[in-house]
Amino acid sequence: MLNINVSKKLASFVFQFKHEIPCHGVTAILGVSGSGKSTLINLINGLIKPDIGCIKLNQTTLVDTEKGIFTTPEKRQIGTVFQDALLFPHYKVIKNLTYGAKSLNTERFDEIVSVLNIGSLLNRYPAMLSGGEKQRIAIGRALLAEPKLLLMDEPLSALDMPRKKELLSYIDKLVNDLNIPIVYVTHNINEVKRIAQHVAVLEQGKLQIYGDTEQILQSDYLKEWL
Amino acid sequence: MILTEFEWQTLLLSLKIAGAAIIFSLPLGILTAWILARCQFIGKSLFDSIVHLPLVLPPVVLGYLLLLTMGRHGIIGEWLNNYFHLSFSFNWQGAALASAVVAFPLMVRSIRLAIESIDSRLEKVARTLGAKPFRVFMTITLPLAFPGILMGTVLGFARCLGEFGATITFVSNIQGETRTIPLAMYTLLQIPDGESGALRLCIVSILLSLIALFLSEMLNRWHKKKLTG
Repeated sequence: MLNINVSKKLASFVFQFKHEIPCHGVTAILGVSGSGKSTLINLINGLIKPDIGCIKLNQTTLVDTEKGIFTTPEKRQIGTVFQDALLFPHYKVIKNLTYGAKSLNTERFDEIVSVLNIGSLLNRYPAMLSGGEKQRIAIGRALLAEPKLLLMDEPLSALDMPRKKELLSYIDKLVNDLNIPIVYVTHNINEVKRIAQHVAVLEQGKLQIYGDTEQILQSDYLKEWL
Repeated sequence: MILTEFEWQTLLLSLKIAGAAIIFSLPLGILTAWILARCQFIGKSLFDSIVHLPLVLPPVVLGYLLLLTMGRHGIIGEWLNNYFHLSFSFNWQGAALASAVVAFPLMVRSIRLAIESIDSRLEKVARTLGAKPFRVFMTITLPLAFPGILMGTVLGFARCLGEFGATITFVSNIQGETRTIPLAMYTLLQIPDGESGALRLCIVSILLSLIALFLSEMLNRWHKKKLTG
């Protein structure tokens, strides 16, 4: 379980999130732009600190402002895939993929390369890749660091429609074949329908509704989204 | 153009002084640039101003300040001499120190701009992949700032080669010890029939700067090609 109870003052509102997110399957965080989705991701991965509150991942305290605990991002074992792939431009794909790997597990490497179908790209530099390919490498890179949880912050939003479809099928495979818990941030309801088992809807930095995807999609709250 | 023994000596001394100045000030220059580019702290503006002060102060003032602080009876110089037998007075090490001080802000400025132009999200991604800040700096920031570091090094090196005022004030103009190309040209221009010798050194100076710029451009292109595939 990912247990979150945090508060952070942002420019236009106070972000307040209190909920438990299951550490299995895909949990989608749905919300319009500026609703605080990326803030939530950055609070979980440690790139920003909450003003008050605590975050626990499987009983391990990552943040507890009362006790003065703050685990730095490199110690959290939480992978993040951002909107832009953010590959290291000076490294070839293979070096990008293995950057976070503590020791190279060849079997795991081959498995991830095969699931994401990136075997032919290993010796290229990021500048030679398409948007979809870059994003697949970014996912592979995050997975090879062996995270306990994978955060995906609108990973498809910078891609065109064919690339979105292509990458969604890879994310499907990821969930089915690699069995890694994913928190998936999006403002696209079709992506939620396709991959998520649970949905949390954010508005103005507050959790509005949470539940199973089916249940949430039928709720009155999401009528205007459909 | 075949150089005379005096010209060779002057050229090699200038290269030694400029090279030492750059080698010893580069790590500090990179650290200072990184602090200015990436850190927020109280007094940052003051720190920034102090770093850039040599850029606007007359070199003679810098030389005099060095004399007061780093000379044999200076505040720091005396201490260094007593405890480490390290002296900067009237020797080539002093000339290198004077050059380094004058070139420092130019170097920092160039490196700082390079670090600021790096997408800081790349450094954040590296942190989420388990890299500690030092590893992030060594594997992401430093390689990506390479063109700026190179440009800063070349600019600093060229500034060191051209340094005159601080050097002559701090370590004087001693043949074979502190007489670099500009000081040798100045000396030649003070004596009758010295003009042709000064002109020859002037050509050497221009060639040296052109070679440094050419090499930096080649390295920069190689780096750019690597990044863009």
